[in-house]
Amino acid sequence: MINKFSTTAADVVADIFDGATVMIGGFGEAGSPIELIHALIDHGAKNLTVVNNNTGSGHVGLAALIANGQVGKMICSFPRTANSTVFPDLYRAGKIELELVPQGTLAERIRAGGAGIPAFFTATSVGTPLADGKEHRNFDDRDYVMERSLTADFALIKAKEADRYGNLTYSKTARNFAPIMAMAAKTTIVQTSYCVEAGDIDPETVATPGIFVDRIIHVENPLQESTLNAQGRTYP
Amino acid sequence: MSLEKNTEAVGWTRDQMAERAALDIPDGSYVNLGIGIPEKVARYVPQGREFIYHTENGLLGMGPTPEEGKEDPDLINAGKKPVTALAGAAYFHHADSFAMIRGQHIDVCVLGAMQVAQNGDLANWSTGAPDAIPAVGGAMDLVAGVKTIFVITQHTTKDGIAKLIEQCSYPLTGQGVVSRVYTDLCVIEVTSKGFELVELAPNVEFDTVQDRTGAKLLDPRNLAEKS
Repeated sequence: MINKFSTTAADVVADIFDGATVMIGGFGEAGSPIELIHALIDHGAKNLTVVNNNTGSGHVGLAALIANGQVGKMICSFPRTANSTVFPDLYRAGKIELELVPQGTLAERIRAGGAGIPAFFTATSVGTPLADGKEHRNFDDRDYVMERSLTADFALIKAKEADRYGNLTYSKTARNFAPIMAMAAKTTIVQTSYCVEAGDIDPETVATPGIFVDRIIHVENPLQESTLNAQGRTYP
Repeated sequence: MSLEKNTEAVGWTRDQMAERAALDIPDGSYVNLGIGIPEKVARYVPQGREFIYHTENGLLGMGPTPEEGKEDPDLINAGKKPVTALAGAAYFHHADSFAMIRGQHIDVCVLGAMQVAQNGDLANWSTGAPDAIPAVGGAMDLVAGVKTIFVITQHTTKDGIAKLIEQCSYPLTGQGVVSRVYTDLCVIEVTSKGFELVELAPNVEFDTVQDRTGAKLLDPRNLAEKS
């Protein structure tokens, strides 16, 4: 019988290894799987390459993972956010690497990775420093730059509902990168607010089909980054 | 706050710049608004028109800021501020959202600028300073993919340095992408011949605008006289 539900956050992140590439869902705090990130901090895997649109804020969640010295490289579009000091300080000190990617190129690289497409051409960034050193081609009188796809060893994402097959729905704009990261990672780990019976999610409204999901834990009332930061909380 | 009533002040306020830009957005447009002054455009939809706002973090049909206490951390805009979803809204993931942008489905994007060149080059993401943390977000995707790019910006920097210039000195966001620029002093069209004045703000003289512009400003009134 297929059952992707697991009981503890510690169990589902236990095989994340040193040097792994980990995609973490979320756009700012919307969709950030904060309980899974904190489990990864407890687990302690180091020298991770993390793919996320941002670099977290305050000293919880992704910012705490970076502050804990577990991230060697960030791949993101916007590493500066209000209330974000952890990444900027480490970057200026030369202690963390940054691969800056336009947001749409980041999304498309992840989507392509999940779809088995090794590279693609886009007009985004042509004529800018972010296209330097990349292969260019002209199609129909317009210049395009080649971008490689992105895959990952693990994805950590947050869903609203999940069934035992791994079918998922999301909450509003907390969906953002989660569906494509689930496709691009070898192992996709989900925290969900609601565990539902197979069939409870209308097949017409499944946002991520279960084939892209490997492990699920139930986090009924997930923490919110802004709430924790307002309270001055830190992790661990 | 109507454009007509402001006869005393020189130039346009930020709200009036946004109101003026909104006048040039056709009815039924899908619109993406950048962070800052461009966000104000949503307050000035001309009567009889309907715009649908896209936010690149996964929402079409974005509505105004919610009432205090009704904020939802799962419902934010690209600036990570709380917003609402209007009737008829749709949520989608990031690759679909940027397919709307990169696939030329969004009609108009209104952005801020550090520099605009007379050939339409835009610089709005980095000064290239060595100690700065580079951050680009969706700006390069928007200028490469959206059909019409409007820029709203103060005509000069706070120190009086021209932002509309012959050639950008900062790293580019995109090449030849800007259609129109709305400043506190005027509206300028980017043409194949360079910057061309469309409209002066109240009590602003052409020569004042030319003095504060780092490139030749074409005056269509003169062009008409000569031809």
